[in-house]
Amino acid sequence: MVERSEAEQDQPSYNPRIVAFCCNWCSYAGADLAGTTRVQYPPNVRIVRVMCSGRVDPAFVLKAFTLGADGVIIAGCHPSDCHYINGNEKTATRGDFLSEFLEEAGIESQRFRVEWIAGSEGQKFAEVIRGMVSDLEMLGPVAQEVA
Amino acid sequence: MPENTSTEKEKPRIGVFICHCGSNIGGFVDVKAVTEYASTLPDVAYATDNLYTCAEDGLNNIKETIKEHNLDRIIVASCTPRTHAPLFQRTCEAAGVNKYMFTFVNLREHCSWVHMKEKEKATQKAKDLVRMGVARARFLEPQEETRVDVTPTALVVGGGVSGMTAALSLANMGFPVHLVEKDKELGGFVRSLHALMMTTKSANETIRPLIDKVNAHKNITQHLSSHVASVEGFIGNYDVSIGGDGAEPKEVKVGTIIVATGAVPLVPDGLFGYKEHPGIITSSEFEELCNKKELPRLKSVAFIQCAGARGQKVSYCSRICCNVAIKSAIHIAENRDNILGVTEEKAAEAGEAVEEPAAEKKAEEEGSERRRRRRGRGRQAEDGAGEEGAAPSSGVEVTVFNRDVMAYGVENELEFNKAREKRVKFVRYGPDNLPKVSVKDGKLEVGYFHETLKMERTMPVDMVILSTPLVAQPDAATLSQLLKVPLGQDGFFQEAHVKLRPVDFATDGVYVCGACRGPADIAESVSQAAGAASRASIPLANGFVQAEALTSVVDETKCTGCGTCVEVCPYSALRKNDEGISEVIAAACKGCGCCGATCPEGAITMTHYTDQQLLAEAKAALEEV
Repeated sequence: MVERSEAEQDQPSYNPRIVAFCCNWCSYAGADLAGTTRVQYPPNVRIVRVMCSGRVDPAFVLKAFTLGADGVIIAGCHPSDCHYINGNEKTATRGDFLSEFLEEAGIESQRFRVEWIAGSEGQKFAEVIRGMVSDLEMLGPVAQEVA
Repeated sequence: MPENTSTEKEKPRIGVFICHCGSNIGGFVDVKAVTEYASTLPDVAYATDNLYTCAEDGLNNIKETIKEHNLDRIIVASCTPRTHAPLFQRTCEAAGVNKYMFTFVNLREHCSWVHMKEKEKATQKAKDLVRMGVARARFLEPQEETRVDVTPTALVVGGGVSGMTAALSLANMGFPVHLVEKDKELGGFVRSLHALMMTTKSANETIRPLIDKVNAHKNITQHLSSHVASVEGFIGNYDVSIGGDGAEPKEVKVGTIIVATGAVPLVPDGLFGYKEHPGIITSSEFEELCNKKELPRLKSVAFIQCAGARGQKVSYCSRICCNVAIKSAIHIAENRDNILGVTEEKAAEAGEAVEEPAAEKKAEEEGSERRRRRRGRGRQAEDGAGEEGAAPSSGVEVTVFNRDVMAYGVENELEFNKAREKRVKFVRYGPDNLPKVSVKDGKLEVGYFHETLKMERTMPVDMVILSTPLVAQPDAATLSQLLKVPLGQDGFFQEAHVKLRPVDFATDGVYVCGACRGPADIAESVSQAAGAASRASIPLANGFVQAEALTSVVDETKCTGCGTCVEVCPYSALRKNDEGISEVIAAACKGCGCCGATCPEGAITMTHYTDQQLLAEAKAALEEV
């Protein structure tokens, strides 16, 4: 991380790393569809598959940041479309709480997103990744005292 | 380095098979480089690449390699688990490796196909993804799918048409059925009706054979004047307590439960002058008057559709009321079965001929359907022009004030035509211009806005029949809590999936049919009941249910009994045991893992998606290489 100041001057060498927890039924399938339809997006995201977005313990998100993630996404089914009836409602509630908590901890709100991506929304998955990468490129790395 | 969790067991031996998928992956990712990298990762005993891993030689290669290299967990890095996981899992099982020791890495949909113009970065990402897979695989545990025995008996709640049909279907399949009806006799809502659509038989005559069959069936135990007092257990093993009027509750054991509690008509208090004049009644009260032969002589009748529905007292369309009104309108216009209460003697006294409509009916029957329809169409145009013109042939003027007529389906549409042939008038009103019912000098009149003439009109009538929607049973919420199945926003029971699982609840073992899941007519209720019985019979016939292997597991030593997981579980798969500690009902758990993410004590482990496995994956994703 010593070369960060250089990296900031030498613009493009900052490669934000995003961990995306995707539910098996909608958002993982959405990411699959992006592939099937050959929608191109930046290679910054690493997907961890869970059965339901409601499985994602807020502690996972915090842990990902402490391990060096520049951004974290929890992606689930659209409201009322959850494969497990209402797991995504729990995700939404936890997401609100997490955003607040992270901001207090000095992690900018753009670094954490809860997204609803359907299995038919390959394009949306790509847009979310593109949007987050460009947000993170603007922000730069997480301030060291926070991490 | 991640902590080694292979415990005292042998060190994991992971085999990694990286697929070129022709050029789908190989064309955009340096597969050889990824394979080489994979072989350097911890616990990887073997790594290779295949042109097509899913082809027969690819699968054989996996099987042979498992034996040759004594592999105990397998990673295939190729396409998506959503399409190909079962195939590779079967291959693993065929070679003696538990299918839960398999991990999928998605190199095609999530890498090569979305980074087609940056091979170097795509190759780096592919290495990261394989590293994540290996990190996860190291912590995998074999899982067993367990079977739970099923009590081959069913419970049907509700003794109306739906409940009786469902009970009879199951009984005919040979399963004992407990049929619980809160009333003192079977028949439900239909028993209070007089006449039905599309049949000349009365409502009671129509359902009598069904009641007789239920009464006669040796497999059906009836519990009349009874209700479900408590329900414990899960699919295959329910302990149900049936309470009766003052009687000792009866305990029964059942494997599956069908909810068929029907619906009730809305009481339109405060709407359209209801109760302000004896001539303002609901359509169900109209049926009762017909049954009791107390309908007065009428000259002019107005139906008001959607009374209380679609944005008034309830938001939805009750579906069946248009057809009911069309049926009743035809019967009034025909004075069928002399429902207007004008007995022949009375008619003779009054010097009026009531045979006239009957004669016309006869003539009507002789005419061909085709002629009738053509004539209907002609008269339809006439209706629009001379709305208050020609009176119907029975001498009763029938007007149906409606927002739009929902005579869905061919048969109902034909009835709608028939009503127009009988000179029943259909007058539209807008949601902002509801008809106004008023009483002037003891006489009823309906004020309405004529949409074609764009002016206010009034129509003197003898009777106003309010077509009120069916609403949920007042005790639906109690039953929904007992069975832990949901109600929709309108208070009706909510099925698991509006299109694909219309008679299932999301909770396994409980099914739904008839008007308790939304307004339905008899034919629809019967179809649903047959469907629900068929669904409910599957576990009964199998004699067992296959529980998900991926369930949550409670660590009793960590659980404090706070009950958060019980609240969070969408499937009621968690309950507190006698010691107040949470326990998982494996047969009911679907493996979403919401409880695991919520437990404040970290006492819940979600099998196959453990904290350890998921965090290992996330950590591997973020490792600097």
